[in-house]
Amino acid sequence: MWVLLLLPFVGLLWVPFYNFAEPSLFGFPFFYWYQLAWVPITSILIWLVYRSRPHDEAQ
Amino acid sequence: MTGQIDWIPLSVFIFFFALVTVMGFLASRWKSGPVNEHLDEWGLGGRQFGTWITWFLVGGDFYTAYTVIAVPALVYAVGAFGFFALPYTIIVYPFVFAVMPMLWTIAHRNGYVTAADVVRGTYNSRTLELVVALTGIVATMPYIALQLVGMGTVIKALGLTGELPIVAAFIILALYTYSSGLRAPALIAFVKDIMIYIVVLVAVVIVPAKLGGYGAVFAAADKAFIAKGGATGILLKDSQMLAYATLALGSAFAAFMYPHTLTGVFASKSADTIRKNAILLPAYTLLLGLIALLGYMAHAANIKVDSPNDVVPVLFKTLFPSWFAGFSFSAIAIGALVPAAVMSIGAANLFTRNVWKIYLHPEISHAGEASVAKITSLIVKVGALAFTLFLPVQFALDLQLLGGLWILQTFPSLVFSLFTRWFRAEGLLAGWAVGILWGSWTAWSNGLKPLASLSLGGGTYTFYVGLGALILNIAVAAIVTVVMAWIAPATDRSVAVRS
Repeated sequence: MWVLLLLPFVGLLWVPFYNFAEPSLFGFPFFYWYQLAWVPITSILIWLVYRSRPHDEAQ
Repeated sequence: MTGQIDWIPLSVFIFFFALVTVMGFLASRWKSGPVNEHLDEWGLGGRQFGTWITWFLVGGDFYTAYTVIAVPALVYAVGAFGFFALPYTIIVYPFVFAVMPMLWTIAHRNGYVTAADVVRGTYNSRTLELVVALTGIVATMPYIALQLVGMGTVIKALGLTGELPIVAAFIILALYTYSSGLRAPALIAFVKDIMIYIVVLVAVVIVPAKLGGYGAVFAAADKAFIAKGGATGILLKDSQMLAYATLALGSAFAAFMYPHTLTGVFASKSADTIRKNAILLPAYTLLLGLIALLGYMAHAANIKVDSPNDVVPVLFKTLFPSWFAGFSFSAIAIGALVPAAVMSIGAANLFTRNVWKIYLHPEISHAGEASVAKITSLIVKVGALAFTLFLPVQFALDLQLLGGLWILQTFPSLVFSLFTRWFRAEGLLAGWAVGILWGSWTAWSNGLKPLASLSLGGGTYTFYVGLGALILNIAVAAIVTVVMAWIAPATDRSVAVRS
Protein backbone atom coordinates (compact mmCIF):
# COMPACT_ATOMS: atom_id res chain seq x y z
CA MET A 1 0.00 0.00 0.00
CA TRP A 2 2.84 2.39 0.79
CA VAL A 3 3.61 2.59 -2.92
CA LEU A 4 0.44 4.70 -3.26
CA LEU A 5 2.35 7.51 -1.56
CA LEU A 6 4.66 7.70 -4.57
CA LEU A 7 1.88 8.35 -7.08
CA PRO A 8 1.61 12.13 -6.42
CA PHE A 9 5.34 12.45 -7.04
CA VAL A 10 5.03 10.66 -10.37
CA GLY A 11 1.89 12.51 -11.37
CA LEU A 12 3.18 15.97 -10.55
CA LEU A 13 6.91 15.89 -11.18
CA TRP A 14 6.64 14.58 -14.74
CA VAL A 15 5.69 18.01 -16.04
CA PRO A 16 5.59 17.28 -19.83
CA PHE A 17 2.64 15.02 -19.08
CA TYR A 18 0.35 17.91 -18.11
CA ASN A 19 1.76 21.11 -19.58
CA PHE A 20 -1.20 21.65 -21.94
CA ALA A 21 -4.15 23.99 -22.29
CA GLU A 22 -6.66 21.42 -23.55
CA PRO A 23 -8.93 19.83 -22.46
CA SER A 24 -10.05 22.70 -20.29
CA LEU A 25 -12.58 22.39 -17.49
CA PHE A 26 -14.84 25.24 -16.27
CA GLY A 27 -12.50 27.66 -18.03
CA PHE A 28 -9.40 26.20 -16.33
CA PRO A 29 -6.70 25.02 -18.76
CA PHE A 30 -5.62 21.39 -18.26
CA PHE A 31 -2.34 22.45 -16.57
CA TYR A 32 -4.34 24.03 -13.73
CA TRP A 33 -7.22 21.67 -13.10
CA TYR A 34 -4.97 18.63 -13.42
CA GLN A 35 -2.72 19.88 -10.62
CA LEU A 36 -5.65 21.03 -8.49
CA ALA A 37 -7.24 17.60 -8.95
CA TRP A 38 -4.15 16.03 -7.37
CA VAL A 39 -4.98 17.74 -4.06
CA PRO A 40 -8.03 15.58 -3.22
CA ILE A 41 -6.47 12.56 -4.93
CA THR A 42 -3.41 12.84 -2.68
CA SER A 43 -5.59 13.13 0.42
CA ILE A 44 -7.48 10.00 -0.59
CA LEU A 45 -4.29 8.06 -1.33
CA ILE A 46 -2.81 8.97 2.05
CA TRP A 47 -6.09 8.05 3.72
CA LEU A 48 -6.05 4.64 2.01
CA VAL A 49 -2.55 3.97 3.29
CA TYR A 50 -3.55 5.24 6.74
CA ARG A 51 -6.53 2.88 6.84
CA SER A 52 -4.53 -0.13 5.72
CA ARG A 53 -1.89 0.23 8.42
CA PRO A 54 -1.83 -2.54 11.01
CA HIS A 55 -3.46 -1.44 14.23
CA ASP A 56 -0.59 -2.19 16.55
CA GLU A 57 1.31 0.64 14.90
CA ALA A 58 -1.43 3.11 15.61
CA GLN A 59 -0.70 5.37 18.52
CA MET B 1 -1.25 53.45 -4.37
CA THR B 2 -2.58 56.47 -2.54
CA GLY B 3 -1.45 57.45 0.92
CA GLN B 4 -5.00 58.44 1.85
CA ILE B 5 -6.27 56.89 5.06
CA ASP B 6 -9.51 55.01 4.54
CA TRP B 7 -11.34 54.86 7.87
CA ILE B 8 -13.77 52.00 7.27
CA PRO B 9 -11.21 49.32 6.40
CA LEU B 10 -8.84 50.74 9.01
CA SER B 11 -11.48 50.38 11.74
CA VAL B 12 -12.18 46.79 10.69
CA PHE B 13 -8.46 46.16 10.73
CA ILE B 14 -7.97 47.64 14.20
CA PHE B 15 -10.92 45.66 15.55
CA PHE B 16 -9.50 42.30 14.45
CA PHE B 17 -5.99 43.22 15.50
CA ALA B 18 -7.23 44.12 18.98
CA LEU B 19 -9.21 40.86 19.11
CA VAL B 20 -6.19 38.66 18.41
CA THR B 21 -4.04 40.69 20.80
CA VAL B 22 -6.43 39.91 23.64
CA MET B 23 -6.52 36.27 22.55
CA GLY B 24 -2.73 36.18 22.44
CA PHE B 25 -2.40 37.27 26.04
CA LEU B 26 -5.27 35.08 27.28
CA ALA B 27 -3.74 32.07 25.51
CA SER B 28 -1.37 31.45 28.40
CA ARG B 29 -4.37 30.19 30.37
CA TRP B 30 -5.73 28.06 27.53
CA LYS B 31 -5.28 24.30 28.03
CA SER B 32 -3.20 25.65 30.79
CA GLY B 33 0.01 24.28 32.04
CA PRO B 34 2.93 25.81 33.89
CA VAL B 35 4.11 28.01 31.01
CA ASN B 36 7.15 29.32 32.88
CA GLU B 37 8.33 26.07 34.38
CA HIS B 38 9.18 23.89 31.40
CA LEU B 39 10.23 24.48 27.80
CA ASP B 40 7.71 21.80 26.75
CA GLU B 41 5.01 24.17 27.97
CA TRP B 42 6.23 27.48 26.56
CA GLY B 43 7.92 26.13 23.43
CA LEU B 44 5.63 23.22 22.51
CA GLY B 45 2.34 24.21 24.13
CA GLY B 46 2.54 21.21 26.46
CA ARG B 47 2.83 18.61 23.63
CA GLN B 48 -0.92 18.14 23.73
CA PHE B 49 -2.37 19.57 20.53
CA GLY B 50 -4.88 17.25 18.90
CA THR B 51 -5.86 16.90 15.26
CA TRP B 52 -7.81 20.14 14.86
CA ILE B 53 -5.48 22.45 16.76
CA THR B 54 -2.52 21.00 14.87
CA TRP B 55 -4.39 21.45 11.61
CA PHE B 56 -4.95 25.14 12.29
CA LEU B 57 -1.49 25.68 13.73
CA VAL B 58 0.53 23.94 11.01
CA GLY B 59 -1.77 25.28 8.30
CA GLY B 60 -1.37 28.72 9.81
CA ASP B 61 2.38 28.67 9.94
CA PHE B 62 3.20 26.72 6.81
CA TYR B 63 0.97 28.78 4.50
CA THR B 64 2.18 32.18 5.64
CA ALA B 65 0.90 35.71 5.04
CA TYR B 66 3.86 36.26 2.85
CA THR B 67 2.59 33.40 0.68
CA VAL B 68 -0.71 35.18 0.19
CA ILE B 69 1.19 38.22 -1.10
CA ALA B 70 4.14 36.61 -2.87
CA VAL B 71 2.61 33.66 -4.72
CA PRO B 72 0.02 35.77 -6.62
CA ALA B 73 2.77 38.36 -7.16
CA LEU B 74 4.98 35.76 -8.83
CA VAL B 75 2.06 34.37 -10.83
CA TYR B 76 1.16 37.90 -11.90
CA ALA B 77 4.74 38.53 -13.01
CA VAL B 78 5.68 35.25 -14.73
CA GLY B 79 2.57 33.09 -15.01
CA ALA B 80 2.54 29.28 -14.84
CA PHE B 81 6.00 29.04 -13.32
CA GLY B 82 4.74 30.67 -10.12
CA PHE B 83 2.40 27.70 -9.67
CA PHE B 84 5.25 25.41 -8.59
CA ALA B 85 3.93 26.15 -5.07
CA LEU B 86 0.98 23.89 -5.91
CA PRO B 87 2.81 20.60 -6.67
CA TYR B 88 5.22 21.52 -3.86
CA THR B 89 2.48 21.74 -1.25
CA ILE B 90 0.86 18.53 -2.53
CA ILE B 91 3.84 16.17 -2.59
CA VAL B 92 4.97 17.42 0.80
CA TYR B 93 2.13 15.46 2.45
CA PRO B 94 2.99 11.89 1.47
CA PHE B 95 6.44 12.78 2.82
CA VAL B 96 4.99 14.19 6.05
CA PHE B 97 2.82 11.10 6.45
CA ALA B 98 5.72 8.70 6.03
CA VAL B 99 8.44 10.54 7.95
CA MET B 100 7.08 12.97 10.54
CA PRO B 101 5.32 10.42 12.79
CA MET B 102 8.65 8.58 13.10
CA LEU B 103 10.39 11.81 14.05
CA TRP B 104 7.62 12.68 16.50
CA THR B 105 7.96 9.27 18.18
CA ILE B 106 11.70 9.75 18.73
CA ALA B 107 11.18 13.29 20.03
CA HIS B 108 8.38 12.21 22.33
CA ARG B 109 10.24 9.22 23.75
CA ASN B 110 13.36 11.27 24.55
CA GLY B 111 11.84 14.65 25.38
CA TYR B 112 13.43 16.32 22.35
CA VAL B 113 12.23 19.79 21.44
CA THR B 114 14.21 20.54 18.27
CA ALA B 115 15.64 18.91 15.14
CA ALA B 116 19.14 19.40 16.52
CA ASP B 117 18.14 17.46 19.67
CA VAL B 118 17.20 14.52 17.45
CA VAL B 119 20.51 14.75 15.58
CA ARG B 120 22.55 14.84 18.80
CA GLY B 121 20.66 11.88 20.19
CA THR B 122 21.13 9.86 17.03
CA TYR B 123 24.73 10.58 16.12
CA ASN B 124 26.16 11.66 19.47
CA SER B 125 27.88 14.53 17.67
CA ARG B 126 27.95 18.00 19.19
CA THR B 127 29.28 19.52 15.97
CA LEU B 128 26.50 18.09 13.81
CA GLU B 129 23.98 19.22 16.41
CA LEU B 130 25.41 22.74 16.36
CA VAL B 131 25.40 23.10 12.57
CA VAL B 132 21.81 21.83 12.34
CA ALA B 133 20.77 24.31 15.05
CA LEU B 134 22.58 27.26 13.50
CA THR B 135 21.25 26.45 10.03
CA GLY B 136 17.74 26.45 11.45
CA ILE B 137 18.18 29.78 13.24
CA VAL B 138 19.84 31.51 10.29
CA ALA B 139 17.31 30.20 7.76
CA THR B 140 14.40 31.33 9.93
CA MET B 141 15.44 34.95 10.54
CA PRO B 142 14.81 36.27 7.00
CA TYR B 143 11.58 34.23 6.90
CA ILE B 144 10.30 36.19 9.92
CA ALA B 145 11.41 39.40 8.23
CA LEU B 146 9.32 38.46 5.19
CA GLN B 147 6.23 38.07 7.34
CA LEU B 148 6.80 41.68 8.33
CA VAL B 149 7.12 42.61 4.69
CA GLY B 150 3.75 40.94 4.05
CA MET B 151 2.20 42.80 6.95
CA GLY B 152 3.78 46.07 5.81
CA THR B 153 2.23 45.65 2.35
CA VAL B 154 -1.32 45.56 3.70
CA ILE B 155 -0.68 48.31 6.24
CA LYS B 156 0.52 50.46 3.36
CA ALA B 157 -2.65 49.57 1.44
CA LEU B 158 -4.70 50.89 4.35
CA GLY B 159 -3.06 54.26 3.78
CA LEU B 160 -0.88 54.17 6.88
CA THR B 161 2.61 55.40 6.19
CA GLY B 162 5.82 55.28 8.13
CA GLU B 163 7.32 52.53 10.21
CA LEU B 164 5.39 53.16 13.40
CA PRO B 165 2.36 50.86 12.76
CA ILE B 166 4.50 47.86 11.97
CA VAL B 167 6.79 48.47 14.92
CA ALA B 168 3.76 48.69 17.21
CA ALA B 169 2.22 45.51 15.75
CA PHE B 170 5.46 43.67 16.26
CA ILE B 171 6.00 44.78 19.83
CA ILE B 172 2.52 43.53 20.71
CA LEU B 173 3.26 40.22 19.00
CA ALA B 174 6.59 39.92 20.80
CA LEU B 175 4.98 40.53 24.18
CA TYR B 176 2.23 37.95 23.95
CA THR B 177 4.55 35.36 22.44
CA TYR B 178 6.82 36.03 25.41
CA SER B 179 4.07 35.49 27.93
CA SER B 180 2.04 32.69 26.29
CA GLY B 181 4.52 30.80 24.11
CA LEU B 182 3.18 28.45 21.41
CA ARG B 183 -0.33 28.62 22.83
CA ALA B 184 -0.68 32.18 21.49
CA PRO B 185 -0.17 31.42 17.77
CA ALA B 186 -2.11 28.16 18.15
CA LEU B 187 -5.15 30.06 19.41
CA ILE B 188 -4.80 32.98 16.99
CA ALA B 189 -4.40 30.52 14.11
CA PHE B 190 -8.11 29.66 14.44
CA VAL B 191 -9.10 33.27 13.76
CA LYS B 192 -6.50 33.78 11.07
CA ASP B 193 -7.29 30.64 9.10
CA ILE B 194 -11.06 31.09 9.22
CA MET B 195 -10.63 34.69 8.02
CA ILE B 196 -8.31 33.66 5.20
CA TYR B 197 -10.72 30.90 4.11
CA ILE B 198 -13.57 33.42 3.99
CA VAL B 199 -11.52 35.94 2.02
CA VAL B 200 -10.31 33.43 -0.53
CA LEU B 201 -13.66 31.72 -1.01
CA VAL B 202 -15.33 35.09 -1.55
CA ALA B 203 -12.54 36.18 -3.87
CA VAL B 204 -12.66 33.09 -6.07
CA VAL B 205 -16.43 33.36 -6.46
CA ILE B 206 -16.96 37.14 -6.67
CA VAL B 207 -13.89 38.19 -8.60
CA PRO B 208 -14.31 35.91 -11.64
CA ALA B 209 -18.04 36.73 -11.65
CA LYS B 210 -17.14 40.41 -11.94
CA LEU B 211 -14.52 39.70 -14.56
CA GLY B 212 -16.51 37.35 -16.80
CA GLY B 213 -15.62 33.88 -15.49
CA TYR B 214 -12.45 31.83 -15.26
CA GLY B 215 -12.18 31.42 -19.02
CA ALA B 216 -11.95 35.19 -19.35
CA VAL B 217 -9.45 35.41 -16.47
CA PHE B 218 -7.09 32.91 -18.13
CA ALA B 219 -7.56 34.54 -21.54
CA ALA B 220 -6.71 37.99 -20.13
CA ALA B 221 -3.60 36.61 -18.43
CA ASP B 222 -2.57 34.83 -21.64
CA LYS B 223 -2.89 38.06 -23.57
CA ALA B 224 -0.88 40.01 -21.00
CA PHE B 225 1.95 37.46 -21.08
CA ILE B 226 2.05 37.36 -24.89
CA ALA B 227 2.42 41.14 -24.83
CA LYS B 228 5.07 40.90 -22.15
CA GLY B 229 7.10 38.13 -23.82
CA GLY B 230 10.12 36.36 -22.31
CA ALA B 231 9.85 33.32 -20.07
CA THR B 232 6.25 34.03 -19.10
CA GLY B 233 2.92 32.51 -20.06
CA ILE B 234 0.00 30.53 -18.72
CA LEU B 235 1.81 27.33 -19.72
CA LEU B 236 5.43 26.45 -19.01
CA LYS B 237 8.14 26.85 -21.63
CA ASP B 238 10.06 23.63 -22.38
CA SER B 239 13.13 25.05 -20.65
CA GLN B 240 11.12 25.72 -17.45
CA MET B 241 9.76 22.23 -16.87
CA LEU B 242 12.76 20.75 -15.07
CA ALA B 243 13.13 23.90 -12.99
CA TYR B 244 9.42 23.69 -12.07
CA ALA B 245 9.64 20.05 -10.97
CA THR B 246 12.93 20.42 -9.06
CA LEU B 247 11.72 23.55 -7.26
CA ALA B 248 8.58 21.67 -6.22
CA LEU B 249 10.51 18.62 -5.00
CA GLY B 250 13.31 20.56 -3.28
CA SER B 251 10.87 22.88 -1.54
CA ALA B 252 8.76 19.91 -0.39
CA PHE B 253 11.81 18.26 1.21
CA ALA B 254 12.86 21.56 2.82
CA ALA B 255 9.43 22.56 4.16
CA PHE B 256 9.36 20.39 7.27
CA MET B 257 13.03 20.86 8.07
CA TYR B 258 12.28 24.44 9.19
CA PRO B 259 12.06 25.04 12.95
CA HIS B 260 8.54 26.46 12.71
CA THR B 261 6.99 23.49 10.92
CA LEU B 262 8.85 20.99 13.11
CA THR B 263 7.67 22.85 16.21
CA GLY B 264 4.11 22.27 14.99
CA VAL B 265 4.86 18.57 14.50
CA PHE B 266 6.52 18.11 17.91
CA ALA B 267 3.72 19.99 19.67
CA SER B 268 1.11 17.47 18.57
CA LYS B 269 -0.37 14.93 20.92
CA SER B 270 0.44 11.73 19.05
CA ALA B 271 1.95 10.27 15.91
CA ASP B 272 -1.56 9.61 14.71
CA THR B 273 -2.39 13.32 15.01
CA ILE B 274 0.30 13.96 12.42
CA ARG B 275 -0.92 11.17 10.12
CA LYS B 276 -4.45 12.55 10.19
CA ASN B 277 -3.08 16.00 9.46
CA ALA B 278 -1.23 14.72 6.41
CA ILE B 279 -4.67 13.71 5.12
CA LEU B 280 -6.42 16.95 6.13
CA LEU B 281 -3.80 19.65 5.52
CA PRO B 282 -4.06 19.50 1.69
CA ALA B 283 -7.27 21.54 2.11
CA TYR B 284 -4.92 24.49 2.55
CA THR B 285 -3.19 23.60 -0.69
CA LEU B 286 -6.48 23.92 -2.54
CA LEU B 287 -6.75 27.36 -0.98
CA LEU B 288 -3.20 28.20 -2.04
CA GLY B 289 -3.95 27.18 -5.64
CA LEU B 290 -6.91 29.54 -5.63
CA ILE B 291 -4.85 32.31 -4.01
CA ALA B 292 -2.27 31.92 -6.77
CA LEU B 293 -5.00 32.57 -9.34
CA LEU B 294 -5.44 36.06 -7.88
CA GLY B 295 -2.35 36.92 -9.92
CA TYR B 296 -4.29 36.18 -13.12
CA MET B 297 -7.41 37.90 -11.86
CA ALA B 298 -5.30 41.04 -11.50
CA HIS B 299 -4.53 40.86 -15.22
CA ALA B 300 -8.21 40.42 -16.01
CA ALA B 301 -9.02 43.44 -13.83
CA ASN B 302 -6.40 45.47 -15.71
CA ILE B 303 -4.41 46.15 -12.60
CA LYS B 304 -0.98 47.64 -13.12
CA VAL B 305 1.41 47.92 -10.18
CA ASP B 306 4.99 49.04 -9.74
CA SER B 307 5.86 46.27 -7.32
CA PRO B 308 4.21 42.86 -7.91
CA ASN B 309 3.79 42.52 -4.13
CA ASP B 310 1.05 45.15 -4.31
CA VAL B 311 -1.06 43.01 -6.68
CA VAL B 312 -3.26 41.41 -4.02
CA PRO B 313 -3.95 44.55 -1.93
CA VAL B 314 -4.74 46.60 -5.05
CA LEU B 315 -6.99 43.85 -6.44
CA PHE B 316 -8.94 43.65 -3.18
CA LYS B 317 -9.27 47.42 -2.96
CA THR B 318 -10.50 47.61 -6.54
CA LEU B 319 -13.04 44.81 -6.41
CA PHE B 320 -14.25 44.58 -2.81
CA PRO B 321 -16.36 47.02 -0.80
CA SER B 322 -14.10 48.90 1.57
CA TRP B 323 -15.18 47.06 4.75
CA PHE B 324 -14.43 43.70 3.14
CA ALA B 325 -11.10 44.98 1.85
CA GLY B 326 -10.35 45.90 5.46
CA PHE B 327 -11.37 42.41 6.57
CA SER B 328 -9.08 40.88 3.93
CA PHE B 329 -6.14 43.01 4.96
CA SER B 330 -6.70 42.07 8.60
CA ALA B 331 -6.69 38.42 7.57
CA ILE B 332 -3.35 38.85 5.83
CA ALA B 333 -1.79 40.86 8.68
CA ILE B 334 -2.98 38.38 11.32
CA GLY B 335 -1.76 35.71 8.95
CA ALA B 336 1.70 37.20 9.39
CA LEU B 337 1.52 37.08 13.19
CA VAL B 338 1.00 33.33 13.47
CA PRO B 339 4.06 32.19 11.48
CA ALA B 340 6.21 35.01 12.87
CA ALA B 341 5.39 33.84 16.40
CA VAL B 342 5.97 30.15 15.68
CA MET B 343 9.19 30.89 13.79
CA SER B 344 10.60 32.92 16.66
CA ILE B 345 9.61 30.18 19.11
CA GLY B 346 11.25 27.53 16.91
CA ALA B 347 14.45 29.56 16.65
CA ALA B 348 14.39 30.28 20.40
CA ASN B 349 13.99 26.56 21.17
CA LEU B 350 17.01 25.77 19.00
CA PHE B 351 19.15 28.43 20.63
CA THR B 352 18.15 27.37 24.13
CA ARG B 353 18.49 23.61 23.72
CA ASN B 354 21.40 23.34 21.33
CA VAL B 355 23.56 26.38 21.94
CA TRP B 356 22.88 27.84 25.40
CA LYS B 357 22.34 24.56 27.24
CA ILE B 358 25.21 22.72 25.56
CA TYR B 359 27.86 25.44 25.57
CA LEU B 360 26.99 27.89 28.31
CA HIS B 361 24.89 26.26 30.99
CA PRO B 362 24.70 22.45 30.85
CA GLU B 363 22.97 22.14 34.25
CA ILE B 364 20.14 24.50 33.31
CA SER B 365 16.79 23.66 34.91
CA HIS B 366 13.55 23.22 32.97
CA ALA B 367 12.35 26.60 34.19
CA GLY B 368 15.69 28.10 33.19
CA GLU B 369 15.29 26.70 29.66
CA ALA B 370 11.87 28.29 29.40
CA SER B 371 13.13 31.70 30.50
CA VAL B 372 16.13 31.64 28.15
CA ALA B 373 13.82 30.70 25.27
CA LYS B 374 11.39 33.49 26.13
CA ILE B 375 14.10 36.12 26.08
CA THR B 376 15.62 34.67 22.91
CA SER B 377 12.25 34.90 21.16
CA LEU B 378 12.24 38.63 21.93
CA ILE B 379 15.75 39.08 20.58
CA VAL B 380 14.95 37.10 17.44
CA LYS B 381 11.94 39.31 16.75
CA VAL B 382 13.81 42.54 17.36
CA GLY B 383 16.47 41.23 14.97
CA ALA B 384 13.89 40.49 12.30
CA LEU B 385 12.32 43.90 12.80
CA ALA B 386 15.67 45.64 12.46
CA PHE B 387 16.21 43.57 9.34
CA THR B 388 13.08 44.93 7.68
CA LEU B 389 13.57 48.50 8.87
CA PHE B 390 17.21 48.99 7.99
CA LEU B 391 17.88 46.68 5.07
CA PRO B 392 16.24 46.69 1.64
CA VAL B 393 13.33 44.27 1.17
CA GLN B 394 15.24 42.59 -1.62
CA PHE B 395 17.88 41.57 0.90
CA ALA B 396 15.36 39.70 3.03
CA LEU B 397 13.97 38.06 -0.11
CA ASP B 398 17.41 36.92 -1.25
CA LEU B 399 18.31 35.62 2.18
CA GLN B 400 15.03 33.76 2.50
CA LEU B 401 15.76 32.08 -0.80
CA LEU B 402 19.21 31.07 0.40
CA GLY B 403 17.58 30.01 3.68
CA GLY B 404 15.49 27.42 1.83
CA LEU B 405 18.62 26.09 0.21
CA TRP B 406 20.46 25.99 3.55
CA ILE B 407 17.72 24.30 5.55
CA LEU B 408 17.44 21.64 2.84
CA GLN B 409 21.06 20.67 3.58
CA THR B 410 20.04 19.48 7.07
CA PHE B 411 17.69 16.91 5.49
CA PRO B 412 20.19 13.99 5.43
CA SER B 413 21.20 14.53 9.08
CA LEU B 414 17.62 14.62 10.29
CA VAL B 415 15.84 12.12 8.05
CA PHE B 416 18.28 9.44 6.92
CA SER B 417 18.76 7.93 10.37
CA LEU B 418 15.07 7.03 10.46
CA PHE B 419 15.73 4.54 7.69
CA THR B 420 19.41 3.61 7.92
CA ARG B 421 22.24 4.06 10.39
CA TRP B 422 24.83 3.57 7.67
CA PHE B 423 25.83 7.25 7.35
CA ARG B 424 28.35 8.57 9.86
CA ALA B 425 28.33 11.97 11.53
CA GLU B 426 31.60 13.00 9.85
CA GLY B 427 30.10 12.22 6.46
CA LEU B 428 26.88 14.11 7.14
CA LEU B 429 28.88 17.07 8.39
CA ALA B 430 31.08 17.12 5.28
CA GLY B 431 28.01 16.74 3.05
CA TRP B 432 26.26 19.61 4.83
CA ALA B 433 29.31 21.87 4.41
CA VAL B 434 29.74 21.07 0.71
CA GLY B 435 26.01 21.47 0.04
CA ILE B 436 25.86 24.85 1.77
CA LEU B 437 29.03 26.16 0.15
CA TRP B 438 28.31 24.95 -3.38
CA GLY B 439 24.65 25.98 -3.21
CA SER B 440 25.35 29.45 -1.82
CA TRP B 441 28.17 30.04 -4.25
CA THR B 442 26.10 28.93 -7.24
CA ALA B 443 23.07 30.98 -6.23
CA TRP B 444 25.30 33.98 -5.53
CA SER B 445 27.11 33.82 -8.85
CA ASN B 446 23.79 33.57 -10.69
CA GLY B 447 22.68 36.86 -9.18
CA LEU B 448 20.84 35.16 -6.27
CA LYS B 449 18.48 33.21 -8.47
CA PRO B 450 17.36 29.83 -7.18
CA LEU B 451 18.10 28.22 -10.53
CA ALA B 452 21.31 26.87 -12.00
CA SER B 453 22.03 25.57 -15.48
CA LEU B 454 24.03 22.54 -16.52
CA SER B 455 25.10 21.77 -20.07
CA LEU B 456 25.13 18.08 -20.76
CA GLY B 457 25.36 16.30 -24.10
CA GLY B 458 24.34 19.33 -26.13
CA GLY B 459 21.30 20.19 -24.00
CA THR B 460 21.07 22.78 -21.24
CA TYR B 461 19.23 21.80 -18.10
CA THR B 462 17.99 24.41 -15.65
CA PHE B 463 17.21 23.16 -12.16
CA TYR B 464 16.72 24.27 -8.54
CA VAL B 465 20.10 24.93 -6.91
CA GLY B 466 18.91 23.62 -3.52
CA LEU B 467 18.12 20.19 -4.92
CA GLY B 468 21.43 20.09 -6.79
CA ALA B 469 23.21 20.97 -3.55
CA LEU B 470 21.29 18.23 -1.72
CA ILE B 471 22.38 15.60 -4.24
CA LEU B 472 25.98 16.77 -3.88
CA ASN B 473 25.54 16.76 -0.10
CA ILE B 474 24.37 13.13 -0.10
CA ALA B 475 27.16 12.05 -2.46
CA VAL B 476 29.82 13.65 -0.25
CA ALA B 477 28.23 12.20 2.89
CA ALA B 478 28.36 8.72 1.34
CA ILE B 479 31.97 9.05 0.17
CA VAL B 480 33.22 10.38 3.51
CA THR B 481 31.29 7.64 5.34
CA VAL B 482 33.01 4.99 3.22
CA VAL B 483 36.44 6.59 3.73
CA MET B 484 35.94 6.99 7.48
CA ALA B 485 34.74 3.43 7.85
CA TRP B 486 37.95 2.36 6.14
CA ILE B 487 40.23 4.60 8.27
CA ALA B 488 38.45 4.12 11.57
CA PRO B 489 36.03 1.19 11.72
CA ALA B 490 33.13 2.04 13.96
CA THR B 491 33.59 1.21 17.61
CA ASP B 492 31.14 3.45 19.39
CA ARG B 493 28.24 3.22 17.01
CA SER B 494 26.20 0.82 19.08
CA VAL B 495 26.32 3.40 21.88
CA ALA B 496 25.15 6.11 19.53
CA VAL B 497 22.25 4.01 18.33
CA ARG B 498 21.02 3.45 21.85
CA SER B 499 21.25 7.04 23.05
